[in-house]
Amino acid sequence: MPAQHETHPRPRRNIELVLLVIALTIGIGAQVLVGLNLEDAIDQRYWIEGGVQAALALTFHIVLRLRAKYADPFILPIVVTLNGLGIAMIHRLDFTGQYEGVADRQLMWTAVSMVAAMALLALLKDHRRLRQLTYISLAASVVLLFLPIVPGLGQDIAGAQVWISIGPMSFQPGELAKITLGIFFAGFLANNRDLILLAGKKIGPMTLPRVQDLGPLFLAWLIAMGVLVVQNDLGNALMFFGLFVAVIYVATSRISWIVIGGVFVAAGAVLAYQFVWHARNRFAIWLNAFDQQMYDQDLGSHQLVQGLFGLAHGGLTGTGLGSGSPQIVALANSDMIIVAFGEELGFLGLSAMLVLYLILFSRYMRAGLGTRDHFGKLLAVGLAVVLVLQVFVVVGGITRVIPMSGLVSPFLAAGGSALLANWLIVALVLLISHAARRPIVVGPMLNTTGEGASGTEDPLRGRETGQQHPVQNDAVRQQHPVPAPGDGERA
Amino acid sequence: MSELAITVLQFGLLLLLWILILSIIAAQGRDMMVSKRSRTRTQHSSGSTDTAAAPSSTPAAVHHSGQTQRPRPKRLVISEGPLVGTEIELGSTPIMLGRAQECTVVLDDDYASGKHARLFPQGSRWFLEDLGSTNGTWLGDEQLTRASTAEPGDRIRIGKTVLELRT
Repeated sequence: MPAQHETHPRPRRNIELVLLVIALTIGIGAQVLVGLNLEDAIDQRYWIEGGVQAALALTFHIVLRLRAKYADPFILPIVVTLNGLGIAMIHRLDFTGQYEGVADRQLMWTAVSMVAAMALLALLKDHRRLRQLTYISLAASVVLLFLPIVPGLGQDIAGAQVWISIGPMSFQPGELAKITLGIFFAGFLANNRDLILLAGKKIGPMTLPRVQDLGPLFLAWLIAMGVLVVQNDLGNALMFFGLFVAVIYVATSRISWIVIGGVFVAAGAVLAYQFVWHARNRFAIWLNAFDQQMYDQDLGSHQLVQGLFGLAHGGLTGTGLGSGSPQIVALANSDMIIVAFGEELGFLGLSAMLVLYLILFSRYMRAGLGTRDHFGKLLAVGLAVVLVLQVFVVVGGITRVIPMSGLVSPFLAAGGSALLANWLIVALVLLISHAARRPIVVGPMLNTTGEGASGTEDPLRGRETGQQHPVQNDAVRQQHPVPAPGDGERA
Repeated sequence: MSELAITVLQFGLLLLLWILILSIIAAQGRDMMVSKRSRTRTQHSSGSTDTAAAPSSTPAAVHHSGQTQRPRPKRLVISEGPLVGTEIELGSTPIMLGRAQECTVVLDDDYASGKHARLFPQGSRWFLEDLGSTNGTWLGDEQLTRASTAEPGDRIRIGKTVLELRT
């Protein structure tokens, strides 16, 4: 075991650079392949777009070198790969005539998101500062989640009221609530963990929490249900509640929370089924997808079934970028972009992308495992759960494992707000992993008794070793009265 | 471009995707095995000091002689208490132990004070100093009254947490 080498953690930025080059080759290569297949010549536009992507990724890399040298080296290449593939596929779907200029918008949003993430990295410096924003984050989350139902601001698209429009731009504020709720849950549980952990009645193998400790869980459930009822957004409701249950489970390592969470989800599902038409419709589509009547009806199972056909059409190696017909599926470049990849890159391509998500998730968790403070651990785990729940809900919905809902696959799908939120999450996790892997630096304390100051002589040592280091001891005595503020090696 | 060339490029893209994945996994190495590693370490902690340590640093007897210019211990391992198995890399700067969030090592221990103790390097040694904690800091069997040297293998007890230096 190379233990001696591990004592000094390496920044590993060079590995990141190599992986980043491969990542950019994949993203830009996919883009060029689309062009080769659907246009006769690769014109200047392709090189400009590729250049923009490469410049952004390399700038991000340099920012990491300067600001978070010990950050995880694998996160950025994975994210750049997924983002690049997403842009290429959106670009490919622009050729079908159903969509217009979405790829350019996506590229613009990628630039905005990456710049925002870089700014967050550079300005925040230490994720622990977010802990002070625990309750502000809760307030911000509620505002963000309920902004779309403010009259005049909200917009109803495809049955879900999750958009706001400011001038010509539309934005999905709920996406940012993923981050703020993650901060709130992590901060809240880092503060109250002991209380929740110690109190409770033991029944069999489980320790049931007290009723008053259930309060926050109930609040989270209410928020989730509120989101569901008010915005008609099944996926986000599931994600927020799953986030809270996962974070509280990690904080307390009590299996009872998972059980209680499961009960709440079941109750929520029953309630939703009873009272929300939208949810009932999704359930019906899920259960009777291949029913002819269901297939033909408006808002029926056409999208889901065509998606399944598309995946089947892709086979093992796919039809090739630009050779399939993913545009048959509604919303092929956002909700259903996984289908488009499954059809054109085949099982090999799509499974590679899912493995990339898996590695990304494990890197998020690794950042949480490595960091030393509770808040950072819980935040990293929460953000990891957000990522994995999104992927599960999207891919599960498309492959008919669970009912479909309105989440989009992170980094791939067209949509600026989701992209922005996910890139900000990347910045946060990179900061946490930097804190986890960097060698310890001095905290905010004064070196009043450090090297050369009073009280550093050990009586034991004097007795056993005699006057072995007379020079050093003299030096210590001479400096004795001076607290020596410039001591230590705090260059 | 010919259809064949495009097909070849298409397969090249898929291949490159998997190359990326494999190189990430290869570069990760043992990074994901953190829990397993720290588990084996904690089992060792009751007995000998460290398997990877140099032979010169056998415990107790040699410790306090201070004859050799040994390298300063580079790791701090929590061997008992709520955070058991945690390892902290030590640099050349002092570290603060306690429950307060601004501490370098945040102890999750109800019997520890906010800023409980401080560990600072001098020469080839680490010195441990109590910062006026409520329950005191113990080095081996003695309660600290002033800053003392902490040798690799000494049990540093803070509340219910026991820490050890390792080379």
